[in-house]
Amino acid sequence: MRKFAEIRKSLYVALWFIFLTFPIMVIRINPLEKTVEWRWMNMALVGIGTFFLSFLWRYLISKKEEGSKRAEEKQNEKISKLRRLIENRKIIAGSVVAGALLAAVFPFVVSLYQTNIMTTALIYVMLGLGLNIVVGLAGLLDLGYVAFYAVGAYAYALLNYHFGLNFWMVLPVGAALGALFGILLGFPVLRLRGDYLAIVTLGFGEIIRLILENWNEFSFGPSGISNISRPPLFGIELSVQNATVYMYYIMIFLCLVTIFIVKRLQDSRIGRAWVALREDEVACQAMGIDRTKTKLTAFALGATWAGMGGVVFAAKTTFVNPASFTIWESIIILCIVVLGGMGSVIGVITGAFIIILLPEYLRVFSEFRMLMFGIILVVMMVFRPGGIISGVRRTYKFEGKNF
Amino acid sequence: MRREKNERDPILSVRRLGMSFGGLKALDGIDLYVERGEIVALIGPNGAGKTTFFNCISGIYAPTEGDIFIMKPQAGTAKRINGLKPNQVTSKGLARTFQNIRLFQNMTVLENVMMGRHVRTNAGIAGAIFRNRKTRDEEKQIVERSYGIIKKIGLAYYVNECAKNLPYGAQRRLEIARAIATEPFLLLLDEPAAGMNPQETKELDMLIQRIRDEENISILLIEHDMKLVMSISERIYVVDYGKKIAEGTPEEIKINPEVIKAYLGEDAY
Repeated sequence: MRKFAEIRKSLYVALWFIFLTFPIMVIRINPLEKTVEWRWMNMALVGIGTFFLSFLWRYLISKKEEGSKRAEEKQNEKISKLRRLIENRKIIAGSVVAGALLAAVFPFVVSLYQTNIMTTALIYVMLGLGLNIVVGLAGLLDLGYVAFYAVGAYAYALLNYHFGLNFWMVLPVGAALGALFGILLGFPVLRLRGDYLAIVTLGFGEIIRLILENWNEFSFGPSGISNISRPPLFGIELSVQNATVYMYYIMIFLCLVTIFIVKRLQDSRIGRAWVALREDEVACQAMGIDRTKTKLTAFALGATWAGMGGVVFAAKTTFVNPASFTIWESIIILCIVVLGGMGSVIGVITGAFIIILLPEYLRVFSEFRMLMFGIILVVMMVFRPGGIISGVRRTYKFEGKNF
Repeated sequence: MRREKNERDPILSVRRLGMSFGGLKALDGIDLYVERGEIVALIGPNGAGKTTFFNCISGIYAPTEGDIFIMKPQAGTAKRINGLKPNQVTSKGLARTFQNIRLFQNMTVLENVMMGRHVRTNAGIAGAIFRNRKTRDEEKQIVERSYGIIKKIGLAYYVNECAKNLPYGAQRRLEIARAIATEPFLLLLDEPAAGMNPQETKELDMLIQRIRDEENISILLIEHDMKLVMSISERIYVVDYGKKIAEGTPEEIKINPEVIKAYLGEDAY
């Protein structure tokens, strides 16, 4: 009887999906010949596909529920097993060496196009790690992060255009400007939390974009700024190929610096204050943490990486215009953080690679990119709500110590 | 500073404290003092304004009337702390716990207590990134001091456990541990025994006395558990409808007709 009920359930799911996808999957109107094509085959595929997938879905859900029903201790053991695997020094050392080797030889084994994509992915790793400070650690939902990215990119574009400053000079300037704008945004939103904060930051992001789009004298409007010079290498003229490879190595270096600093910040007095602020603002203040200072440092340090990312972006594409800094970019960066695992460095890196590289390598499905994003996020929320690799709190050992 | 009768060594002195929310007077002219080494209880029916009083003292609300003075032991002069932010009040040496537990749920027990050390340490961004000797020493000191407190409070078993996974009684004790880590001279406990069973309450009773005796921390507590209040407090203040209706030793309070009236219908003791 149970089986019959299951089949009936799946049948309903299949019917529902057929109904939902009917207009796009089945009907095709050919405006030239003025005919309507009925693709019944697609309907059958959708029906059969969802019918079986719904079984799989329910099986996974039941398995997950079984897992959470198990005794807490057992679950902890399971987690610690996984963690031990992650924390095993040999495995870590091995994967780090392998990763470093792969990263080092990458531009020489793959095409220029691949190197370019990888550089983009690395920029997003940096952006993700920066946003991770604000969203993942301090728990401040920032939907205007792309504004700082734009600030960095335009800082380099304009300084290069007007004063001919090169990449290495502007990189720290971009970082500082990012931090400054982070503080500028931080001040008015100090009292806001959650949804309200998200809306104000969203507005801030749009303001920056609209300024860039409309203030022609300053930013050259929608046509943007082109011919931005690439990073110099001790005065050597680089061909486009070599410049791309050079950019890739710069990005690898900057990512390593970012990871190093973010990791250290996370493990510091300030990093703990951010997490405490996320957990409980009132208790946090009662413990003597200055809310204003802590929030502003989170905004400023998060925005620093976006500013630097922007400088790199401008140098890489040699062209900036406001269209590169839409709200959609902010959402993608946020997706990277949420999907990868809030507050987890390795998680954010994984998230960045998945979100940026997957669409590149799955060009065949490019029409369904948004659909895929949606599916990935829904599946993640159901099965791994903490992100792919969720952050783990640091533990300390005190065996045989007397204080 | 005007001194009241019998007042010898006050570390907290509140004068005619008033707090109104719009037209509602939650607190009306409350006078209260705590002497060094004392355990003082603040009791009253639900909604009497006890937690509002705590929120005023700890800086969560800015009181609309009256003065709050603190006198640090060995500091000499009294300081007015009205309108200071909560973190400033904490850094001056007042620490509090909350009626409804407010732990950092997803941080470990140790990290929760380490947060308490935040106000007594000062590593900055540069220190965090470069991890110079000073920062490393400070970090080590934070961990060791925190662990020491955890051991004293009896939470060593849970040291690396997430705060949210702790049993209820342990969460309450962790809140106290976290407050102690800020090195206060006065600890404000807001219903520390709420939801505890008699055994846990008894342990809490001993813990509070130990904190007072071993750490030299005076204690002001709000509590509904009359058995606990009567057994540990040296003096009791009773408030009702935002007004102080009685003060005195537990013996005096027990027979005070005003108090019995306020608690009418309840089995006060």
